[in-house]
This record gives sequence, structure tokens and C-alpha cells, in this order.
Amino acid sequence: MWVLLIVAVIAVLWVIAAYNGLISLKNQTVNAFKQIDVQLKRRHDLIPNLVNAVKGAMDFERSTLEAVIQARNQAVKVNASGPEGIKQISQAENALSGALSRLLVTVERYPELKATGNIGQLQEELSSTENRIAFARQLYNDTATQYNTKQQQFPTTLVAGLAHAEHTDLWEIEDQAERAVPQVDLSRR
Amino acid sequence: MTSPDGNLFQQQEANRRRTTWLVIGFVLFFAWLGFGGDYVWSLQSHHPFPWVGLVLTTVAIFTAWHTYKTGPEKVLWATGAHELIDPQTDAERQVANVVDEMAIAAGIPRPRIWIIPDEDPNAFATGHDPRDSHIAVTRGLLRICNRDELQAVIAHELGHVKNLDVRLMTTLAALVGAVLLVRDGMGRTMRGGGIPLRGARKGKSAGPLLAILLALWVISWILAPLVTQLLALAVSRRREYLADAMSAQFTRNPLALASALEKIEGAAAPTASIKSGAAHLCICDPLGRRLTNSEGWLADRFATHPPMSMRISRLKGMGYAQLKKEGGSFTSSALG
Repeated sequence: MWVLLIVAVIAVLWVIAAYNGLISLKNQTVNAFKQIDVQLKRRHDLIPNLVNAVKGAMDFERSTLEAVIQARNQAVKVNASGPEGIKQISQAENALSGALSRLLVTVERYPELKATGNIGQLQEELSSTENRIAFARQLYNDTATQYNTKQQQFPTTLVAGLAHAEHTDLWEIEDQAERAVPQVDLSRR
Repeated sequence: MTSPDGNLFQQQEANRRRTTWLVIGFVLFFAWLGFGGDYVWSLQSHHPFPWVGLVLTTVAIFTAWHTYKTGPEKVLWATGAHELIDPQTDAERQVANVVDEMAIAAGIPRPRIWIIPDEDPNAFATGHDPRDSHIAVTRGLLRICNRDELQAVIAHELGHVKNLDVRLMTTLAALVGAVLLVRDGMGRTMRGGGIPLRGARKGKSAGPLLAILLALWVISWILAPLVTQLLALAVSRRREYLADAMSAQFTRNPLALASALEKIEGAAAPTASIKSGAAHLCICDPLGRRLTNSEGWLADRFATHPPMSMRISRLKGMGYAQLKKEGGSFTSSALG
């Protein structure tokens, strides 16, 4: 009799602990995604400044600049939010990453451009923003992986339905964006 | 990826518990000094009320409480650091950005940044928990490290913040400081206060009070440095390895920390602004003690930091494993 009672109490305590653990991970995942959003917003705000700063000096690189502006406007237009919209958001943002890194390499080719005005400062801001996005993404992926693993593992998986735990998509880095790493043309200038 | 999260919670819990014990031990140490004094006194003359013990214990409780509250400020003040609020130069903007980035990677609020005007490269973190934390770097560190290396060093410090090492280490530094202060103060009273050190000189003028003060002074004088050493040992060097591993987890770039440690080790001059009380907080021993270069019994017991070569080789091991997994070819440039 007593043994049964003790076992029941332990079982209830375990269910509570497992449930709370899952909920906590779920909230951490959502929060980690919000961090990415914050950093993406920062990037969107920074790009117009960068474009304005280099526009005058880079008339002949118009296509590179326009690609950045276009990719940025595309990314701003995406109105999906939360981990559910991750596919749409990541697609647009990966395209923007590609365009931006092409622009940065182009800027590198104009030392006099770097020397004038605040391009150097903007560059630091931009590479920091890119790092922030990468690290926010890393934190999100780590947290989401932990969350996914937890809800699939036995015995926590028994409580997963109770906690409405669902598989969360990771932020994939698509191959196109990776491959779009710019080629440096040394024959110019 | 290996997840050190189970490790993390254990480490946080252990740090909370050890901080509590540290404070209790500090109070007990003074209670023993005080009530012991009362006992000695009562042997010599009529001494009904143990007020020395009560006063000392009260003072110790107040000191411990005050020290715990103001520890981070005191540590920072002692190094002469000034807070970086509005970054002006490129280096300052960079360190502010890097700290922001690593706070994101670690998933903790952004700590406050302090700059120590010292040309020797070093860094430390202090605070009570991630919501109230500080990171201090020397000018020398900003000068010799590139962006990746700076990032790795900051990530190491944030590792200390995240697993609550800072709480234990700061409280230890501040309490040790308080003990040393008491010791120095007593020494000064003895020498400068006009009380003759050798009470036997005038025969019976040496009262019991003097004898007790003398005993107290001798005991604390002998014990304080010993206690410092013992406590610095309790702050085991394992946590440096753990913080190195956390740095690698945050930056995914263990080779950057390895090369930063090599640079810091190369500039082995002692960091003058950081006194011995705060040595165990730093990324590498600020006293430039050669102990951190050697292994063996003595170094194992008396160094606050593990041998630098061991830390570097572990980090390189992690780095090569990572490169191998990614299928990338290893080039010397990856070493910096």
C-alpha cells in the first residue's frame, strides 16, 4: 500500500519535472529565435547606410549594389515570424548574406574607398552584425536541437503530447548561399 | 556537438554551494578568533562576557555581506579599470561589438565592459550572475589580439560568467582582500600605534589585552596567506579547462583561443595592475609565475591556473578534430 503510494508520488513528480523541462526548452527556443529576429532587423537598418556611403564611389559597381538593395527589400518584405516561418525567412536572409559578402569583397578592392569617410567603421559594424546573426542562429540551432532531442527521447517522449511539444525546424544554411561566396577577380585594377 | 549542458547545471550548482560555504567558513574563522580570544582572556582574569567573540563575529558577518554585495566593484576598482560606455576608437568599438556577439552566442545578457590601462595582455570576468556581470580587458590584450582571438578570450570569460564561476571567484577575491586588510591593519597598529611589540620589556605593563591582540595578529598573520592559498586551490583549475571548452563551443573556433593563449603567454611580463588577490580570476596568471609552465606536484597544488601548454594542446586537439570532421585541409594560417 505505502509502496504504491510512494511510486505514484514519484511518478507524478517525474511527470511534472519532465513537463516543465519541455516547456522551458520550448520557450528558450522561441526566445532564441527572437534573438535572430532582433539581429536581422539590425542588419536591415544598417544596409541603407552602407549603400549610401559607397554609392558615390562605386558607380561602376552598380549591379553589386543593386543586388544588395534588392535582396534587402525582399528580406524586409517577408512577413513570416516565429520558428514556423523559418523556411521563408532563412531563404530571403541567405540570399541577402550572399549579396552582402559580394559587396564587401568589392569594397575591399578599393583601398581609397576604405580610407575615406566612415567606410571602415561601417565595415566593422557590418561584419559584427553578420557575426551576431551567425551566433544567434547557432544558439537557436543548438537550443532547438536540444528541444527536438528531448521530446523524442524516452521517457520524456511520453509527456511530449501533454506539453504540445512539436518538432522545430533548424535554420539551415542553404547550399546556394554558401556557393555564392564571391570570386575575387584579380585581373581587374 | 557535445553538449556541456548537464555539466553546466552541475557547475552552477557547485558554485552556488561553494560560495555559501566560503562565506560561512569566513564567518566561522573570525568567530573562532574572537571566542578563542575570550577564552584566553578568561583564563587570565575575570572575564564573564565573551564580547570580543560577539563583536568579531558580527563584524565578520557584516563584512561578508558587504563584501558579497560590493565584490565586483572592489575587484574592478583595485585594477584601476574604467568602464567602456561610449566607445571612441576602433579598438574600443571592436571590443564592444565582440562582447555583444559573444553574449548572443552564450545566450546571456550583455555584460558591462571595463578597460584596464595596462600594456600586458590579460582579461577577467566578475559579477554575481549573468544578469549582473562585468568583463575587464587590458589595453595590451586589445593591442595584440586580432578579432578572432579577442572573440575567443571574451568567450572564455563569458563561460566563467555563464557557469557562475564569477560568483565564487569574486567572493573569494573580496574576502581574501578583507582578510589581508585586517592583517595589514593589525600590523600597522602593532608597529605604528606605539604599543611595544615585546610586551615583556616593562615587566607587568603587558596586559592580557595586548597578549590577545598579539596572538590574534600572529594567528591571522600566519593563517591569512595560508587560507588564501588553500582557497585558491579549492577554486580548482578544472574550471579553466571548462571555460576553454565553453569558449570553443561559443565561437566554434578553438584554434583562435589557442593562438590567443600563445600570444598572452609570449608576453609573459606580470600584469602590474592586477594584484595577487584577483589572480585566480584572470585568463592567465597575472603574476607571471613560472609555476603555470610546469607540471608536477608543486604546480598541481599551488598554481591558480593549469599549465598553459596543456590548455593550448587541448584546444588544438579540439581544433584539429573539428577540421578533420569538416573535411577541410589544415593550413598553418588556421593557427594564426
